[in-house]
Amino acid sequence: MSLILIAEQVLNGLQFGVMLFLMAAGLTLIFGVMGLINLAHGSLYMVGAFAAAAVAGATGSFLLALAAALAAAALAGVLIEILVIRRLYRAAHLDQVLATFALILIFSEGTRWVFGSFPLFLDVPDALSGPITLPGGIQYPVYRLTLIGIGLAVALGLWWLTARTRIGIQIRAGENDREMIAALGVDISRLYTIVFALGAALAGLAGALVGAIQSVQVGMGEPVLILAFVVIVIGGIGSIKGAFIGALLVGLTDTLGGIFLPELFKLFMPADAASQTGSALASMAIYILMSLVLIWRPSGLFGARA
Amino acid sequence: MSNPILSTHNLVKAFGALTATDDVSIDLFPGEIHALIGPNGAGKSTLIAQICGGLTPDSGRVVLQGRDVTQDSTAARARAGLGRTFQISALAMEDTVLENALLGALGASHRPWRFWRKALSDKALCERALSALERVGLADDKDRRTSELSHGQRRQLEVAVALTLEPRAFLMPEPMAGLGTGGSQRLIGFLDGLRGEAPILLVEHDMDAVFALADRISVLASGQVIATGTVDEIRRDPAVREAYLGEDA
Amino acid sequence: MIGERSITLVVLGLLLAVVAWALVVDEPFTITLATRAAILALAAVGLNIALGIGGMVSLGHAVFFGLGGYAMGILAYHAQSFSALDLGLVSVAGTKSMPVIWLVALGVSALAALLIGLLSLRTSGVYFIMITLAFGQMFYYFAISWSAYGGEDGLSIYVRNGFPGLNTLVPIQFFGICFALLCAALFLNARLRASPFGLALNAARQVPARIETVGLTPFRLKLVAFVISGAITGLAGALFADLNRFVSPTMFSWQLSGELIVLIVIGGVGRLIGPVIGACLFVALEHWLGGLTEFWHVYLGAILLGIVLFARGGIVGLLTGREGPHV
Repeated sequence: MSLILIAEQVLNGLQFGVMLFLMAAGLTLIFGVMGLINLAHGSLYMVGAFAAAAVAGATGSFLLALAAALAAAALAGVLIEILVIRRLYRAAHLDQVLATFALILIFSEGTRWVFGSFPLFLDVPDALSGPITLPGGIQYPVYRLTLIGIGLAVALGLWWLTARTRIGIQIRAGENDREMIAALGVDISRLYTIVFALGAALAGLAGALVGAIQSVQVGMGEPVLILAFVVIVIGGIGSIKGAFIGALLVGLTDTLGGIFLPELFKLFMPADAASQTGSALASMAIYILMSLVLIWRPSGLFGARA
Repeated sequence: MSNPILSTHNLVKAFGALTATDDVSIDLFPGEIHALIGPNGAGKSTLIAQICGGLTPDSGRVVLQGRDVTQDSTAARARAGLGRTFQISALAMEDTVLENALLGALGASHRPWRFWRKALSDKALCERALSALERVGLADDKDRRTSELSHGQRRQLEVAVALTLEPRAFLMPEPMAGLGTGGSQRLIGFLDGLRGEAPILLVEHDMDAVFALADRISVLASGQVIATGTVDEIRRDPAVREAYLGEDA
Repeated sequence: MIGERSITLVVLGLLLAVVAWALVVDEPFTITLATRAAILALAAVGLNIALGIGGMVSLGHAVFFGLGGYAMGILAYHAQSFSALDLGLVSVAGTKSMPVIWLVALGVSALAALLIGLLSLRTSGVYFIMITLAFGQMFYYFAISWSAYGGEDGLSIYVRNGFPGLNTLVPIQFFGICFALLCAALFLNARLRASPFGLALNAARQVPARIETVGLTPFRLKLVAFVISGAITGLAGALFADLNRFVSPTMFSWQLSGELIVLIVIGGVGRLIGPVIGACLFVALEHWLGGLTEFWHVYLGAILLGIVLFARGGIVGLLTGREGPHV
């Protein structure tokens, strides 16, 4: 177990984490501002990935593919917001769950109908392929490093948006008191659509970026959605800072747990059983983390106290 | 002078820079109706919440029947004998009038952990619920869905549910809210007779009700009790006039 | 309009009629479909106790379904391979006796529901939904990685488990077992709803503030309901695994959790017979629509959207003309 391996895994954990952050930030914004739980967020992730794969396949340009991902996901987001989502803002949580679950079904089968059941391929752009040598002799894929960079840039951008712009102020005010800002003349309808589209675009971006290192297929979004939920539970609903910290925690726990737990068990178990038990436990590590946070702080690390 | 059934001792509650409850000590003695009045924003709701258990004070104590209940949950205080009504009716709208009254009886009997026999077959529970309904005049409506009741009838049901608990003290925030003259008169008459069973801490804006019912009045303004006394004493108190009664006096 | 009790009897009668017809014309596959519907209905009846009475939107009830399935799978596997199940402190022989398996399924699911409930019921509505979803995933990934019992490929049980006095391999007899259990669960549900506990739980869903002020604790009421709910869904899981003679991690999937809620909503949330109507319709749609197009989920999604936006009370709501419990 070398230091280099650990460093690599830490970077992998960070990369996983920032991509989760893109999902979680959108989800937590949408819940914080509109009070809506959106199960269709995973579908928007998938739409972004498919759009990117399709455009990359047609034009060979990764940049165009990313632009397509952002546009397609944002467009899909605006579409469902206008048609379905806006009827749900005042609805009970069960209704929101059902309606967005229905959207998952429609999106998934619709995508399968258009693109078929086999995964699409999205390649890492040539300019970013291959490894780079980092201080300490670590060889790390350039692309993954770029993802970390993009993730951090988005985090910064979101911070700037909420802290320094008018829309940001409206968002923060809306999180506190929806009726009030309507009374103050803010166009709620427009604000909600913008927030939803922003969340959708982030999800689509994540889908496209991750699609290049994993496969692009129907159903790829839901596991990520559920992980994003874990992030939000840990970080606290409505808090972007919580989403960021939570996402990094989840990313690191999952990645590092995967290598350390089997090693830990090897200390007092035969190697075979240790790998078994270790990796089985590693698959549960982030949920155990979530449970621990729940025991200690039921509303999450940065969530509003009940 | 007998001991108070319910009292608060130097309650303090602050929300950031706003001190909603500023060293409040009030008592409720057996047999009395003690009215709490004050302008909007005086901190009445915050005080009620601290007495009932929804809010924990920053400092100070709440004592019920000689027992310090400051750290107790709402449910524990209810079991210890504190009954309350809600300003905005908190009733199970899908259920019948009788079922709502049974809730209080259930709570009083500490027996929700029965899964087999029908609640409506439980004689003891039903008797308790029905007698409360009779007292407020809703016995004939016992099988009606609560959502079909008029506003006045829902207020009556609110009182009935509190009655089934057979509490040692009542906390009633704005029971007159939304009632017309007829309804108010009936409720005033009812509460008048109720004080013998258990004293009532009444929070009200309706001055007719306050002057008709109150044995004592405490005036809350900006989180502090600025005056306590009989109806006449309060009417004459210049500080109260200034803070509250103003043009009405 | 039509009363709920009549609808209940008619639905159960119709199901029996369909099976009787299938028996007469010798269509064992229809009996198998009906059995599948009855088992899914049982799972949904369990969920409906937590959801319809208690107002708990559990998007992770597949946890209990899967646990019940794996309880059956693990016990039967050890029995059919004549190996002992090593639980650390004790070594247990497997079993292929349904009653024993059911007891284990009930117990394990109840325990899991207790633990999950303790963790998640302290939080508010949306957190609860997310947490239950998350635990579903946890068990899903765990089952995939636990290769001792098949991992991703699942576990096959060669012969259906046995019930004293019956030949469970005969479709109609196995249907009979499942139908009997479904009726028992419905009866239990009805008694529960009318009991003091049910009254308190139902009120806790509608007006939690009131519940505390009469001296009851919503958390405890909901926890007990959640445990009962999980246990019943776990039993259904064991039956499901027996029906297919196969158990796999997909029994833990989020899709299944979602489908269970969909079943209830189609029939009518909080209505006694709602889950049964939903399950029968779902199985029928799956078979019929699924035969016409492989993209039938799109239609299911559209139906679901329609119900949420226009027919909130589900089928029972439409038939009785009265609004049902509001969750």
